Amino acid sequence: MSALIEARELRRVFHQGRSDQVEAVKGVSLSIAAGQVTVLRGPSGSGKTSLLALLGAMARPTSGRIFLGERELTSLPERFLTEERRRTFGFVFQQFNLVPGLSARENVMLPALPLGHPRAGLARRAGALLERFGVAHRAAARADRLSGGEAQRVAIARALINEPAVIIADEPTANLDSVLSGVFMELVGTLRASGKTIIVASHDPLVYESPLVDRVISMRDGRLEEPAP
Amino acid sequence: MTPGSWLERQRSLLDYTLSSLARRPAKNLALVTVYALVVFAVASGLFLGEALRAEATAALQGAPDVVVQRLQAGRHDLIAAGEVERLAAIRGVERAVGRRWGYLYRPSSRANLTVMVPERFWGGDGEAVIGEGVARVEQVGVGETLRLEASSGESFDVKVREVLPPGTALFTTDLLLLSEASFLRLFGGGPDRFTDIALQVPNAREISKVAEKVLQLLPGSRAITRLEMARTYQSIFDWRGGLVMALLSTALLAFALVAWDKAAGLSAEERREIGILKAIGWDVSDVLLVKLQEGAVISGAAFTLGAVGAYLHVFLGSAGLFAPVLEGWSTLAPRLHLTPAIDGLQLATLFFLTVVPYTAATVVPAWRSATADPDAVMR
Amino acid sequence: MRPSDRLLIALLLAGLAAEACWLHAAWRQREVDGHRAAAAIVRRLGLTDLALFTEARYTRHPTQADRFAPFQDHPGALEHFPSGSVVGPPVAR
Repeated sequence: MSALIEARELRRVFHQGRSDQVEAVKGVSLSIAAGQVTVLRGPSGSGKTSLLALLGAMARPTSGRIFLGERELTSLPERFLTEERRRTFGFVFQQFNLVPGLSARENVMLPALPLGHPRAGLARRAGALLERFGVAHRAAARADRLSGGEAQRVAIARALINEPAVIIADEPTANLDSVLSGVFMELVGTLRASGKTIIVASHDPLVYESPLVDRVISMRDGRLEEPAP
Repeated sequence: MTPGSWLERQRSLLDYTLSSLARRPAKNLALVTVYALVVFAVASGLFLGEALRAEATAALQGAPDVVVQRLQAGRHDLIAAGEVERLAAIRGVERAVGRRWGYLYRPSSRANLTVMVPERFWGGDGEAVIGEGVARVEQVGVGETLRLEASSGESFDVKVREVLPPGTALFTTDLLLLSEASFLRLFGGGPDRFTDIALQVPNAREISKVAEKVLQLLPGSRAITRLEMARTYQSIFDWRGGLVMALLSTALLAFALVAWDKAAGLSAEERREIGILKAIGWDVSDVLLVKLQEGAVISGAAFTLGAVGAYLHVFLGSAGLFAPVLEGWSTLAPRLHLTPAIDGLQLATLFFLTVVPYTAATVVPAWRSATADPDAVMR
Repeated sequence: MRPSDRLLIALLLAGLAAEACWLHAAWRQREVDGHRAAAAIVRRLGLTDLALFTEARYTRHPTQADRFAPFQDHPGALEHFPSGSVVGPPVAR
């Protein structure tokens, strides 16, 4: 299986040069294979979220390089980085990060709005995704009125609207009970079956011990515990 | 995925902008209302001033070319009838007319009237022609009588022959036109003295020369040219005048408050929203377009409501809200029926002063947080 | 209906309102009778001023008032009529 994302010696330093300088990621090299489910495992503060942000083109590393296929992300100007973020990655955040006040359907449509596709088709696609994740009946509900499980499924639908190749999820089960966490892993199974690459950061055994997971990478203090192949 | 059309992108983002605004209906409605009121006040002043200036300029074309007053110790005094012929002899003067006019205070209605004897009064002795405002405050109509208290102590009645048309109220509202005999009976004085003398000078270029000669002929008199009269009304509702200044400074202060509030930065909630949008794949330009639309929708709506409201107020509602200012401490002011005259440049200036700074104040702080890395929302 | 359609309708309505004002202005401007009547009576009577402020002789006839009229009570008396805040002193050119 070919490597979809290749990271070399990534470092990410916050507040560089100040007294509260923090090095969240301390020289990580790894490659993510296409079509697999990869779990980043580690206690909170181990740098999982920072690494996910780097892999998903949400932030630039302080040093090191990231390749997406043949393309090097780290040297791309902001415009193209946004383009990649939009085309290649779909994010599911720990806090779900739905825009409050907008309906579930509007939230799902959000990532596609700047692309300028006809709205009718977009609304149909959003409806189909909500249907697929069993929240079609909540399509018109305001995002801040959704329950945790509903909000997460809306967030997943939103991550998929632009048909990205890679889904990145940060602590997806942290705000869910064990039943809903199980439902989430089933969703991961269907996504994997449809050929998506999935990267999850989690310290929940329900996630990293799941048989659906192809590979578990442990992190501690900003470094990988399992030497990258 | 294939790129969509430019127009569809604008519309899609506009949909988001509007749903966004609809999330805080009370706040945004209040903002538009207050903003529209500010525009309304300033635009009403502009419209009223421009319309009055236009009316004055048009109608005062017919004012006397030169009016000659005698001054006595710095005050306007009556002028001897004999001067009429001397002035008529000045080269360039076609005609000189002695005029009688004055003021009459009516204690019953507490109104100040302007009493005039027209050069050719079309009523008979004992008849009067009155302005629309006089009919209103004195509650008299055609055929009814008006009792006048003469300076000698006697009182006498005049019969109202005609009420001047309301369309001329801007110039005639407080007029009481009498025959010469009635005027002299009312105020006393003899036929040998006039209030002032109006000169007719057919060649406009000779007017200032004539005015100079008048001063040579009658030292201590004052010659007022038509140009000077017209000029007086060019400064009506001037921006330096107290009222317009008060409106303008209030508007500026209100705007400064809003702009300061906005420029002070976005709320944590707004910053988070921008972070989310960037994290799910929006470009900085998308965020800025949305903010641009937001500012333009709010300020555009405020401008339209305010300007249209001001138009209705001034030209259909007779500038009713300014009536107390026009009336002042008096009881008699014209019912305004103004012909719309709008200075496009002034309106455009108001538009840019309304829309551009507000939109900028909306976009700039958003631009500052939109250029940050989107991973801030993950923490 | 999508929100931008609603805005489009609002824009159209605003345009119509502006257009209505404009038409109304044009119609009023063509209704010259008022203008002509005012100009005629000004000419006929030799009027010199707008009858806007009847509160004092120097506000009723700003063009005719002698220069001391506002100060007749006291040379330092301040203007105390509201109309003074609306009409400025004539501009000398």
